[in-house]
Amino acid sequence: MRRASWQEYQKEIADNKYYYARSCIRQNFFPGSERAFLDILTNDLGVDIFDDPLHTSCTGIGYHSDVVPLETIMTVVARQFSLMAEAGYENFISSCITSFGIYNEVLATWEEFPETEERTRRYLREATGRELVKPRSIAHTSDIMFHHRHSIARRAKRRLVNLYTGESLRVVEHIGCHYAKIFPKSGIGGSEFPYVLAGMIEAWGGDVVDYPERRHCCGFGFRNYLVQANRGSSIANSHKKLESMAPYKPDFIVANCPGCAMFLDKWQYAISEMDGTTYGANGRGIPVLTYEEMAGLVLGYDPWELGMQFHQVDVEPLLDKLGVEYNPDAKYLGRDGKLIGRPRAVAVNGCGVELGLRR
Amino acid sequence: MLTEDVRLREGLKACMNCGVCTAVCPAAEFYDYDPRQIVAIVQRRDDREIEQLLRSETIWYCGECMSCRPRCPRGNTPGYVIQALRTLSQRLGYFVESEKGRQQLALKRLIGDNILRTGYCLTPRNILPELHPEQGAVWEWIYENDESIYGRFSECYGKEGAGALRKIDDESLAEISRIFEVSGGKAFYDTIEQHSERKAREMGYDGATEEYMMHTYTYNSENHY
Ligand code: SF4
Ligand code: SF4
Repeated sequence: MRRASWQEYQKEIADNKYYYARSCIRQNFFPGSERAFLDILTNDLGVDIFDDPLHTSCTGIGYHSDVVPLETIMTVVARQFSLMAEAGYENFISSCITSFGIYNEVLATWEEFPETEERTRRYLREATGRELVKPRSIAHTSDIMFHHRHSIARRAKRRLVNLYTGESLRVVEHIGCHYAKIFPKSGIGGSEFPYVLAGMIEAWGGDVVDYPERRHCCGFGFRNYLVQANRGSSIANSHKKLESMAPYKPDFIVANCPGCAMFLDKWQYAISEMDGTTYGANGRGIPVLTYEEMAGLVLGYDPWELGMQFHQVDVEPLLDKLGVEYNPDAKYLGRDGKLIGRPRAVAVNGCGVELGLRR
Repeated sequence: MLTEDVRLREGLKACMNCGVCTAVCPAAEFYDYDPRQIVAIVQRRDDREIEQLLRSETIWYCGECMSCRPRCPRGNTPGYVIQALRTLSQRLGYFVESEKGRQQLALKRLIGDNILRTGYCLTPRNILPELHPEQGAVWEWIYENDESIYGRFSECYGKEGAGALRKIDDESLAEISRIFEVSGGKAFYDTIEQHSERKAREMGYDGATEEYMMHTYTYNSENHY
């Protein structure tokens, strides 16, 4: 019954020739993931994908903070679409869940209220001289990874299996609200049974953990995080999720949205600093991965080339389970192998144990 | 004025007050907040009640996660209704009458102005560790060594070209700026500044200064739960 529900929502995903729109959040916190996405598609899978220097932010964080008006974001989105067409592409893919929601919302609003599309065309022409051409397809970058999951599995250097026990790793997947809650038909599996990450996990040998708060928001809530005075609400929602998943002992979390990946990682740090609670094994946090990092490890990429040193919760316990060989000394090197010091040790990585900070 | 917003037309048809939206709402879980009630007030079309809403704290609690959208049995989207209310509250200058509403100035300056300056909503240099202690030790290390660390992943960190955190070229930034001009984005920013200026003086500040902005960014009366 449940599986059948997952199958109900299928969407067409183009096989090739993608126009890539980068994400503000992913560039800041997971620049290695964006690079890995391009490397995997281009080098491993031989797909044509265009990384355009001319596009900008979709302004989605400003829109959902209610400072960028709807008419403005529509015109910014129209500019991105026209850049895509000018470059000779028609399959638009976005590296961010917030943007993905925005692109879908704008297209749906133009459809429902044609006068808004007319107005946007006018604004775009007046501001930039460009003509709006709508994309043939819109996908999130995880849809693309899902679409190619079996090709990735065929090239896999390792599977999501615990080297010591031979058992599949237990993986919590977090989809991100704006992937399918706004437009269920635009996400693989819809809003109740999103299958986009679960499909990758299964194809690569892991076990998907089902837990009560699986669909709950990570807590970002735009202004609820972006303004310091409101952050209690953001951490409280992450806390609710972490408490709910911990009894299922996940080996790692994989997130669809760069914001969610960052919050589920950083709030574990904050919670451990506030009251000593950690949610993983041996008094440490649960590593939180992006799907590009998960795919990269499966394909045998070096974890530091994937940018996993950007995480606050150390990923080494997971790397050990997977049998990934890595050089601990290379983790915190800067560009061209330069020594630049290392972050200070913190409780979420097990450093409070000796100090008696853990409850 | 509210009904001119397409998000209101899309987000509210006929609400039957079932409360499903409130049951799934992450903001309702931790704030004294009830999207069902907001939808009910807007549905009654009582101008006086709506004006009260526009001046209130309650319209600022929603996180725009849209969890309410797929669950509403009538196909409504309370999150869209909130967006329409917030837009109007700012256009009319009512947002400065609530503590949470006043925060719009901080959002305009921290996110909004950054878009026009850099072409991005956020950039590493504006995630200051002292304003973001929750970002932790690794972020401090990245912040202090940004060129070297991002340089490992992008050929053009802070420079023009294709890649992560590239500097957006001047012509593209000028286009974004003209888009904001033509589509009303700049006027909206100015509205936020003007009403904040008025309110700041009323509150005894020397205008909408950095000090007033930081007050809106950090102050929490703890009266929201
Ligand atoms: S779920 Fe829909 S019908 Fe029910 S109270 Fe909320 S908006 Fe109204
Ligand atoms: S969009 Fe707002 S009202 Fe709807 S569930 Fe999310 S926080 Fe609640």
